[in-house]
Amino acid sequence: MSLEKRVLVLFAHPSLERSEVNHDLLNATRSVEGVTLIDLYAEYPSFRIDIDCEQQRLRDHDVVVFMFPLYWYSTPAILKEWQDLVLEYGFAYGHEGTELQGKWFLCAFTAGGRESAYREQGHNHYNIRELLRPLEQTATLCGMHYLPPFGLFGARSALEEGRVAAHVEGWRRLLGQLRTGELEPRRAREFEQLQHYLEQAEVTQ
Amino acid sequence: MTGYLLSAFIYLCAACIAVPVAKRLGLGSVLGYLVAGVVIGPVLGLVGSETTEIQHFAEFGVVMMLFLVGLELEPRMLWTMRTRLLGLGGLQVLATSALFAGAALLLGLGWRQAIAIGLLLSLSSTAIVLQTFSEKGLGGTEGGRSAFSVLLFQDIAVIPMLALIPLLAAPGLLSDSDHGAGHGELSLVAHLDGWAYALVVVGAVAAVIGVGHFLSRPLFRFVAETGLREAFTATTLALVIGIAVLMSLVGLSPALGTFLAGVVLATSEFRHELETDIEPFKGLLLGLFFITVGAGIQFPVLQENLAVVLGLTAGVMLVKGLILFGLAMLFGIRRSNGWLFALSLAQAGEFGFVLLSYSQQNHVLEGELVSVLALVVALSMFLTPLLFILYDALVMPRYEDNSGQREADHIDSRGPVIVAGSGRFGQVVNRLLRANNIGTVVLDRNPAQVQNLRNVKIPSYFGDATRPDLLHSAGIEEASLFVVAIDDRAQAVELVKHLKHAHPKLPVLVRAFDRLHHYELEDVGADFVVYEAYHSALEMGTEALRRLGYHPFRAEKLRVAFDEQERRGRAKLYEAWREKSEGEKYGTTHTELYIQLNETMAQIMRADRDDGHTRLERGWTPPPRGYSDKLADVDPDAGGSGGA
Ligand SMILES: Cc1cc2nc3c(=O)[nH]c(=O)nc-3n(C[C@H](O)[C@H](O)[C@H](O)COP(=O)(O)O)c2cc1C
Repeated sequence: MSLEKRVLVLFAHPSLERSEVNHDLLNATRSVEGVTLIDLYAEYPSFRIDIDCEQQRLRDHDVVVFMFPLYWYSTPAILKEWQDLVLEYGFAYGHEGTELQGKWFLCAFTAGGRESAYREQGHNHYNIRELLRPLEQTATLCGMHYLPPFGLFGARSALEEGRVAAHVEGWRRLLGQLRTGELEPRRAREFEQLQHYLEQAEVTQ
Repeated sequence: MTGYLLSAFIYLCAACIAVPVAKRLGLGSVLGYLVAGVVIGPVLGLVGSETTEIQHFAEFGVVMMLFLVGLELEPRMLWTMRTRLLGLGGLQVLATSALFAGAALLLGLGWRQAIAIGLLLSLSSTAIVLQTFSEKGLGGTEGGRSAFSVLLFQDIAVIPMLALIPLLAAPGLLSDSDHGAGHGELSLVAHLDGWAYALVVVGAVAAVIGVGHFLSRPLFRFVAETGLREAFTATTLALVIGIAVLMSLVGLSPALGTFLAGVVLATSEFRHELETDIEPFKGLLLGLFFITVGAGIQFPVLQENLAVVLGLTAGVMLVKGLILFGLAMLFGIRRSNGWLFALSLAQAGEFGFVLLSYSQQNHVLEGELVSVLALVVALSMFLTPLLFILYDALVMPRYEDNSGQREADHIDSRGPVIVAGSGRFGQVVNRLLRANNIGTVVLDRNPAQVQNLRNVKIPSYFGDATRPDLLHSAGIEEASLFVVAIDDRAQAVELVKHLKHAHPKLPVLVRAFDRLHHYELEDVGADFVVYEAYHSALEMGTEALRRLGYHPFRAEKLRVAFDEQERRGRAKLYEAWREKSEGEKYGTTHTELYIQLNETMAQIMRADRDDGHTRLERGWTPPPRGYSDKLADVDPDAGGSGGA
């Protein structure tokens, strides 16, 4: 682990003032050294995303994280806008578009639904890994290593059930591991969620 | 004449040396004046017997002070403070007065003297305490706010006290040549019957309220419209002095009259301007008053009674502190706040001097007793900074771990936004802020405009925002933001310059008229500048594109692209402008420079466009036809990741 990885967290939450989980996640992320945190809704309140600036940010980092509350099985709108504008042909994909090759990509989400609902038999019918496939494939097309999503389910009741602190702590630890690069993308890829891989890695150690 | 000028010169010199020094030392200006008086009086002997005469004159400062106190009393604020004001303040004054009066009785003084002493020692020093609070940022804490309520109550309570003292005049002492408060002065009521007298008094009070409420505003508006500052000042002085005279004529306290007038005018749009006009006069006269108090201190008395004075001072402060602490417990002001409340108010105050000199004039208190009491009051004020040091060193550390509470206290004391200028531009800014419950103070120098705003219930004040003293009374020290939207370009630049100089931490947002104005404002340190017409013109231009058949979202993109180019160009132009010499910037070549700048701008735009039409409409560009999306197979574990 000669070189520390540079982590870029692209955070998207359009109504932070009402947030119960992401608000804390945001603050926790801010306090981790060596992590660049971009609050997209703060930086581009009217969606006028600066393409050059965002592409430069991508060049300057090794790990790209989308951090967001799950909205309609996907990201809040600005992250979609960000993809549409920043991942240009000739930059992110296409014959000469190789800027993102070899970087890691990860989604850190919070979802209102319980984990039990994100099952074939549950009322969401698909698990979270399946639902985030468009992002997975986007990352793959850009030559990035896709890590399974890291998230919190039942986010609307997490605060009263006292689950927020543990999740934030887990997130902080994960950021540390991303920094040192002590994850194995090839093995992690097999898991539905990153937590499962991390738990297993702990057991085997 | 020369004699008068000479003593004026001595007084002023003493003040301008002692006051800044005292302030530097954290002692407050009141103590500075006192020391100045001590130096030129008993120590150097530069001034002598005329001090008592000057003191009577200077007491008019008290009348003005009460006018200002009245002006500060917005009914709404009083109402929200009612429990603390009456409960804390009322009990403090009552309990403290009663205790000290009782003690005085026990020491063998007559009941009249005892009451006077109780009253004058019950007051604390508004001037010192409030100044210290604002210096230490304690005003927003619960302890600070409670202390403020008590001080406010005391300031108001001074009025009935001033009315009461002449009634205490001891019959034995009164038989002297002159007659109490009357002093053989002019009086309208000396020969009236009881009922007629009552009628005259009620009439006079009604006149003050009536004039304040109905007549003063048209009058002020009329004078303000002339735009002459000194005319306005003259009117204000005339009002205050006139009321004072009227009150004296009917045998009432002038302080009461001007206080009433102040309360009546507290909700008027001219409030800040009135404050600003009276403030310097009040400051000077009160300063003079305190100097004369200092000059009147008798050193022989101090030497003879050193032990008594020291003992009394310690006793007074201890008793006051204990009563305050008890009240803090009673009203649930706990922990560090309770200590702050008790320690900060444990001294006697400047109004103590006023009551003292008033008691002396009315022959309630006399001789050595007055000197000793003056020494006690002064000494307790001198010791106040010590109490704050005590608080910082002993109390705060004990509650430091509970820092959350302190922080919470600070949050709700976020200061208001001051909006200078409320034409079409400032109004929108103000309305957006108010719609979100953000407190604003609006200043405008057009009385008609202010009236319009007040008609729709937007709190606005008449005044010229470029006057530092007006800014002060509008609360600039506590303000969290300043918006400049005044319609005079040169004044806007001056105002920003002043603000950035005097309050470097206060963010200043400014409206600019055009590009040059924009640069000038940026040059003097404005934090955010916006073109007056730019955004609405862009809006109009985009609508034009839409009407020419452009898809609305395409028009939107073109607008964004244009705006970005414009911004880039603006930054470059600003650099070009800065490099010009002072003369070129501000000289007579304005139009020429303007043309030059416009040309440069056009060049930048052209260059930007030549650099690629694609740049302009870059977003959402589809990949080229028939592109290949085959990628070299990427090995996920390659590239420096390595295993654990
Ligand atoms: C517009 C919108 C769409 C949402 N869609 C989903 C969804 O598809 N699945 C889900 O589990 N929760 C959904 N939620 C719930 C959010 O994921 C949940 O409120 C959020 O994760 C809570 O985090 P916060 O307290 O930090 O805001 C949605 C919420 C909103 C406002």
